[in-house]
Amino acid sequence: MRRVDRSRLPVPGPPGAFTFPRIERARLSNGLEVRAIAHRSVPVAAMVLLVPGGSSADTPDRAGLASLVADLLDEGSRGRSALEVSDRIARLGGDLDVEVGPDAIVVSLTVLDRFLPDGLALVHEICTVPNLAGADFERVRRLRIERLRQLRDHPSALADRAFAQVLYQSHPYAQPGHGTAASLGAVTVEEVRACHARTFQPGGATLVVASNRTVAEMLAGAEAAFGAWRGDPSIDPLQRDRGREAAPRSPAVRLGVVSRPGAAQSELRLGQVAASRATPDYHALVLLNTVLGGQFVSRLNMNLREDKGYTYGVRTGFDLRRGEGPFVLQTSVGTEVTVPALREAIREVQDIRGARPVTADELALARSSVALGYPRGFETVQQVARSAAQLALHELPDSYFEEFVPRLEAVTLDDIAAVAARHLDPARMATVVVGDIDKVGAPLADLGLGEPVTVVPPI
Amino acid sequence: MQIPYTKKTLDNGLDVIVHEDHQLPMVAVNLWYHVGSKNERPGRTGFAHLFEHLMFEGSAHHDSGYFEPLQRAGALLNGSTNTDRTNYWEVVPTGALDLALWMESDRMGHLLPALTEEKFINQRDVVLNERRQNYENRPYGLAGVALSAALFPPDHPYHWITIGDPDDLRAATLEDVRRFFETYYHPGNASLTLAGDIETVRALDLAEEYFGDIPRGPAVSPVSHGRPTMAGASLLLEDRVELPRLYLSWHSPAMFETGDAALDLAADVLAHGKTSRLYERLVYERRVATDVSAYQHSREMSGVFQVACTASAGVALPVLEQAVTEALAALADEGPTSDELERSEVQTEAQFVYRLQTVGGFGGKSDQLNAYNVFRKDPGFFDEDLARYRAVTPAQMADAVRRWIVGTARVALSVVPHGQRHLALPEAAEVAVS
Repeated sequence: MRRVDRSRLPVPGPPGAFTFPRIERARLSNGLEVRAIAHRSVPVAAMVLLVPGGSSADTPDRAGLASLVADLLDEGSRGRSALEVSDRIARLGGDLDVEVGPDAIVVSLTVLDRFLPDGLALVHEICTVPNLAGADFERVRRLRIERLRQLRDHPSALADRAFAQVLYQSHPYAQPGHGTAASLGAVTVEEVRACHARTFQPGGATLVVASNRTVAEMLAGAEAAFGAWRGDPSIDPLQRDRGREAAPRSPAVRLGVVSRPGAAQSELRLGQVAASRATPDYHALVLLNTVLGGQFVSRLNMNLREDKGYTYGVRTGFDLRRGEGPFVLQTSVGTEVTVPALREAIREVQDIRGARPVTADELALARSSVALGYPRGFETVQQVARSAAQLALHELPDSYFEEFVPRLEAVTLDDIAAVAARHLDPARMATVVVGDIDKVGAPLADLGLGEPVTVVPPI
Repeated sequence: MQIPYTKKTLDNGLDVIVHEDHQLPMVAVNLWYHVGSKNERPGRTGFAHLFEHLMFEGSAHHDSGYFEPLQRAGALLNGSTNTDRTNYWEVVPTGALDLALWMESDRMGHLLPALTEEKFINQRDVVLNERRQNYENRPYGLAGVALSAALFPPDHPYHWITIGDPDDLRAATLEDVRRFFETYYHPGNASLTLAGDIETVRALDLAEEYFGDIPRGPAVSPVSHGRPTMAGASLLLEDRVELPRLYLSWHSPAMFETGDAALDLAADVLAHGKTSRLYERLVYERRVATDVSAYQHSREMSGVFQVACTASAGVALPVLEQAVTEALAALADEGPTSDELERSEVQTEAQFVYRLQTVGGFGGKSDQLNAYNVFRKDPGFFDEDLARYRAVTPAQMADAVRRWIVGTARVALSVVPHGQRHLALPEAAEVAVS
């Protein structure tokens, strides 16, 4: 047996070949876009229905309306009660998830493969003919309002809501997706029905099916389940794209605080309105973020966690959307190190666009880390179906997956410097601190962000 | 349904398990050490988890961070500690398998020379932050501390939770680290699974090559404590929460013991999904609760069966306590309906199938093979495990609820908003946790 050479680390061999899932398209006569993906897997089938709109389609005084509609989908349909629908899902071995994003509602159902036709019929039924009954509406709204109440105890929820408010102000992305007690309280069941009618339209929607079966079978299944869905052609899907309205150039306050006396930690957010998913800078931003705060060995985590011990972890992300999404740094730190931790965080964000630009080695590390790990995202049918639905939401080509790594390879250090200068701008950034403000030790005003301003998170 | 595998035990006692799945050009490396917070002693709680952190801070031949070379190679990696075991895993591109095995074997064989006071202090601070973030600064976050302490006597290893006590973490020393490593971190107390894009013969050869020369360590004697007893308690915790929550906990069968699967399914019947008995009654119809949950938490030495309900605004916890007690009594008397049992059978099958979808990470196939190997000495237990659930009859479920839950000693914990003790169970006594 050969003895292990412990004088140096083994050099990894070349990556194995990988074929990205092939997306087959069809368009039903009612306008519904269908994507089918044959994917080798255990006998599990995934289906995802994406309808554009999402929480940014809500008006400010009715924030949370789309989310209430989404909540009510599985609370009874075609005259059957919520309990009957729940029972049906359970009998398919089903896992239903309804997610309301800023730009779309995504309904995902995973079932044992033998139940694929039943699963498609179920998604069709709950999305197109939900009961939206008055009694169910009242019950679900009450549960929602009680859940909102509980959010007041969650520092991360307070921070997220305060941060979105400070950055986006009157832009639709400022609105909390699940609304506030006041906005939910104002919603009527008629408004819910109207919102459902204009949101769940076959035109503009995309259905993705991924399973072991043949593409032909899946497309036929989609036609059988969804072919009879009739839309209202007078509804313009573009009216559901309010996220694309111009976002504020600068935050409402530079340093916002939410006071929680007795809090064990300070929950922090720092960032700005950055870019839309359509930006040509996308691949460079992925790499910039990886270096700055996108993985364990990022600059921020190595500094704040591994060097200083200020936090359990810190991460950053460009949450890019149809409209201009935010760049966000988030972490939770010990109360007494709030100011030094923020100082370090701000310095790291500033330095990467100036004093300490990304080095060739950092770029190589980020690139190999993201590129070599990329196939991991295509293991399960749910991953594949959700990824394909995201392509549809952002109008990206079916060849997107296979082009991803070559595009990463093409990014240069100059590109990184340019996108850092363009999308990380200290003058446009806001900071939010949720914690025991009187106990943070060094004054927050020392950060050079002006006097702290109390922010009331919309809940 | 199963996970095909090959198992071989190296001369130094390391179990090696290989499962081939060539769907992705990736290999999952998964390594279990059969040590957890149950192996700690009072005064040094939280140590097994703190030690896990130190495993990522470098070893003799690579004395810098564990993450950097692996993330550069495109790997995803992590580790976790619970009462019974500590696991470490990497999912690496096939070409980086040697790198992952080199790194894992270096920290198994050669950790201590790289250990310094500075790394130790830094990671202790990180863990204190983790505790504040995930327990102290989270609503209901300290309920688990109070429940564990009341369910198990002070000398029982489940008396404390895995994250430990802050004072104990501060009291830990480098010498504790050395002793812990020498006692528990060696091939004879570990199980290595390689799953994914790898040929079995080559995988076994690589395991031998990287781990074969690490000396066998001292035998680890199993922690045993007999069956715990308790008189029961009703506790009160005022917390920074908006809505009161009631926790009811009982001792229950250990992992794989008779009654374990039946109580797992009983928890589903009680609180999983809208058609579950407690959801339907308390949340859907009477609207006195905003959420309900129930689970059979089975562990090596003893299980815990727990029901939790969050009250709607203005509802006092005795209302929920009474409803839960009635639901349990009904289940013990009549068992589940055939409809309920049928439904939970399909769901169980689905959960088992879903678990076969990923090779790596927490709960992936490699993690399951190691779990069955460490806890059953049989990596191929998947099928039998599913069979345990399929065999549960209505009478068995009723019997398990009767034997373990109804009328037996329990710990009730009322968590109420500050200043609202009147919402707690009337006899509840205040408990101090930190």
